[in-house]
Amino acid sequence: MTQYEFLEISELRKLLDEKKVTSIELTRYFLERIKRLNPELNAYLTITEEVAMAQAKEADELMASGAPVPPLCGIPYAAKDLFCTQGIRTTASSLILDQFLPPHDATVIAKLKAQKAVLLGKTNLDEFAHGSSTETSAYGPSKNAWDASRIPGGSSGGSSSAVAAGMAPWALATETGGSIRQPASLTGLSGWKPTYGGVSRYGVISMASSLDSMGTMAHSVADLALTAEAISGQDKNDSTTGRNPVPQYFKNLNADLHGVKVGVPTEYFIDPSTSSGQVGMDEDVRARVIDGIKELEKLGAEIVPVSLPNTKYGSLVYAIICPSEVSSNLARYDGIRFGHVSKEAGDLLEVYTKSRAEGFGVEAKRRILTGTYVLSAGYYDAYYKKAQRVRGLIINEFAEVFKKVDVLACPTVPNVALTIGQAKSNPLFGYIADQLNIPSSLAGLPAVSIPCGFAKPKEGAETPNPEGMPVGMQIIGPQWGDQKVFNVGYAYQQATTWHKQHPKLG
Amino acid sequence: MASIDENEVKHLAELARIKLTDEEVPQLQRDLSKILDYVDALKQVNTDGLPEIAQVTGLKNGIRADEPMPASMEERDAILRNAPATEGGYFKVKEVFKS
Repeated sequence: MTQYEFLEISELRKLLDEKKVTSIELTRYFLERIKRLNPELNAYLTITEEVAMAQAKEADELMASGAPVPPLCGIPYAAKDLFCTQGIRTTASSLILDQFLPPHDATVIAKLKAQKAVLLGKTNLDEFAHGSSTETSAYGPSKNAWDASRIPGGSSGGSSSAVAAGMAPWALATETGGSIRQPASLTGLSGWKPTYGGVSRYGVISMASSLDSMGTMAHSVADLALTAEAISGQDKNDSTTGRNPVPQYFKNLNADLHGVKVGVPTEYFIDPSTSSGQVGMDEDVRARVIDGIKELEKLGAEIVPVSLPNTKYGSLVYAIICPSEVSSNLARYDGIRFGHVSKEAGDLLEVYTKSRAEGFGVEAKRRILTGTYVLSAGYYDAYYKKAQRVRGLIINEFAEVFKKVDVLACPTVPNVALTIGQAKSNPLFGYIADQLNIPSSLAGLPAVSIPCGFAKPKEGAETPNPEGMPVGMQIIGPQWGDQKVFNVGYAYQQATTWHKQHPKLG
Repeated sequence: MASIDENEVKHLAELARIKLTDEEVPQLQRDLSKILDYVDALKQVNTDGLPEIAQVTGLKNGIRADEPMPASMEERDAILRNAPATEGGYFKVKEVFKS
């Protein structure tokens, strides 16, 4: 049988358009692969086989009818289990939503349905997206397709595990502070976090509303541009969506980097010897990313050293603002309208306190209580307001730098994928793992992470791939500069083959 | 150094309507203290006179007409189906006022 698992969307599109394969055949191929690999990797929580086969049939009928075919018609995909899917179990990887059947689709899911894309299943994540490794999921961690003893990153780790293992050509993911870029980096994928407001949040289970951004992961930046175009745009159900028309990201891809100024922020190449709440960077990771930046220079870009001194405060601001918004958003789980209800509850108060005690995992409880604390009278000014003011400093600092450069290039994560088990013991794990993603998230900026080589991990057993684990480089752009980050990533991938490397799986 | 004691943790849990176990209280006391220590360095940043930023879009209020939206009985049923208890098309809750 032909190998479809690692083909890019544009390659699958060509095969479908030339009638070399049907959507039903493709869908069946991916479903079989999921059945074979998912028991070990735990990327999917729910496999939507019946829905997928019905959607594939509809897609094949549309393609046979001679009517115009949308770009994602008949192409299978996976959705992080934070996107509401009408009538299909949606859990946020939390026991409190274990049996939740959404009455409606998220706007993004509805857009993909309209294109006749094919939903293969719902992927694992950290509970309510609280984490950077999928280890806080109520359904167990997902595994990295490159080495099953290691994390696939998180919170969108089910999506990264699925695409990296060839269990879906692309996946929907969400990011609040690194949850797309970090897992993409750790699994050798391309990942896109949009400008905040570029993609509707409607129907996506809320985490931290001023930060939540819906994006995609795929095998190439060209695929990211294609999927970005499909899911972006103003939504009457999300008043924070931008009002400008969606650019033709895919058609506008431009690999010419002459005249493009790429800023390299010193603070994103942490000296391994320093540690003030930050962890140092692996030497090999730093070297791979520097090689990546040299490649951009070779392709015509002008490299400009820049400084973002407030970077070090990003994770601290996030550690206040994120739990604050979480504590507010998770107040809706009250055991009354939907979600888990305790069988032990004697009165109304116990419906709340016991349902929430049984339904939420430890990280959700940690964030709810942290948020409750920093928002409470007496601490509000010292923590929440302070964090909001420093957030402003970070936003302004980026805005100033983007007067001098078009994009920024730097590492996505300070290290390669760690072994499973390390996140559990450290309540600060996520804030540290995502320290290079969080500042741009706080500023609502667009970014892509692209694979730029491999590095040997500093801990754990020898990796199956002798070169080690994937390393990612991120390209950050100014607000609404999504096309710029796509173009730089696209140029890099026209000249390199890191994005075409895949793990050897059965 | 910021820190938080076990009584404060219990009070927060009451406010957040989460019943904690005896094991969870000291664990959360340690975790929250670590987090508060971690963010302590923000105090060094001079933010005098700076505005508080709650959102990044720069958008002003998005306003729509205040009109009822059509909803079918099927939609209503799909919503109610997720509720632990319903009666006559309503959510059913335990008594709010003690009789």
